[in-house]
Amino acid sequence: MDLRSGEKAIKVVVGMGTCGIAAGARPVMAAIKDELARQNAENVSLVQSGCAGFCEQEPLVDVLRPGEKKVTYGKVNPDTARKIVAEHIVGGRVLNEFVFAQEK
Amino acid sequence: MLELSMHILDIVQNSLVAGSTQVEIRIQEDLPKDLLVIEVKDNGRGISDAMLPRVTDPFVTSRTTRPVGLGLPLLKEATERCEGCLEVYSEENRGTRVVARFRLDHFDRAPLGDMGETMGILIAANPSVDFLYEHRVDAKIYLLETREMRQVLGSIRLDDPSVLDFVRQDIQMGLKKIGAATFPKIMEVLR
Repeated sequence: MDLRSGEKAIKVVVGMGTCGIAAGARPVMAAIKDELARQNAENVSLVQSGCAGFCEQEPLVDVLRPGEKKVTYGKVNPDTARKIVAEHIVGGRVLNEFVFAQEK
Repeated sequence: MLELSMHILDIVQNSLVAGSTQVEIRIQEDLPKDLLVIEVKDNGRGISDAMLPRVTDPFVTSRTTRPVGLGLPLLKEATERCEGCLEVYSEENRGTRVVARFRLDHFDRAPLGDMGETMGILIAANPSVDFLYEHRVDAKIYLLETREMRQVLGSIRLDDPSVLDFVRQDIQMGLKKIGAATFPKIMEVLR
């Protein structure tokens, strides 16, 4: 796993602006990092972003898989975060029930 | 914010956006004075003299996407809720120092929260930045320095997943050892 951006195939972005942090982005970030290590996900870069303007949907997590449209999950908690890692990032299956927005 | 450690994570994000390579976080609990002081000092690009008096205004921000910035206003609010205050000192191209004062045992003083997770995430996400975290309870001191960690770790990078766990546990144990006050005393009694 690597936290530097732009070098790995899959990119995961956690909103860590004031709104994100207040809504619980820190334990979400920790859960993703932990689960990526547990699943031995090698080609994933985990990065932070600021406020995206959808503060009421925070914590927001974007998953960008190469060649696929961006998927944004909303109101993510540590449990959902672990599912996103196992199902979507590693398994490639989008978790529709937690999706806030999907690139058209 | 539910925890002071989340305010710290938020304020340090400002330091990182300002291009800091060194960030020092100092927390001091002064029991005789019933005072809790949190200081975040960085060597980032600083705040201009024109901007400085207005940084705690929620409708002032340096970002260009939208005209709202809540980080410092929320921290100011958190200090004033418990008879404290917020001071921001800055010099352009030199750095910024944010000092938040709280009455340690005030009923409305937010709990410190998980400093281990705050520091762990900061270090893991910014492995090239030098972080220092010092926590004092009167004369007792806990200290964590990434510069020292890099020397001990050798070839292990600071963004290695094991480092997050190490930092969390080290801070948790270290703070327990010096008797850091997680909650105001009155809350401990009620709990």
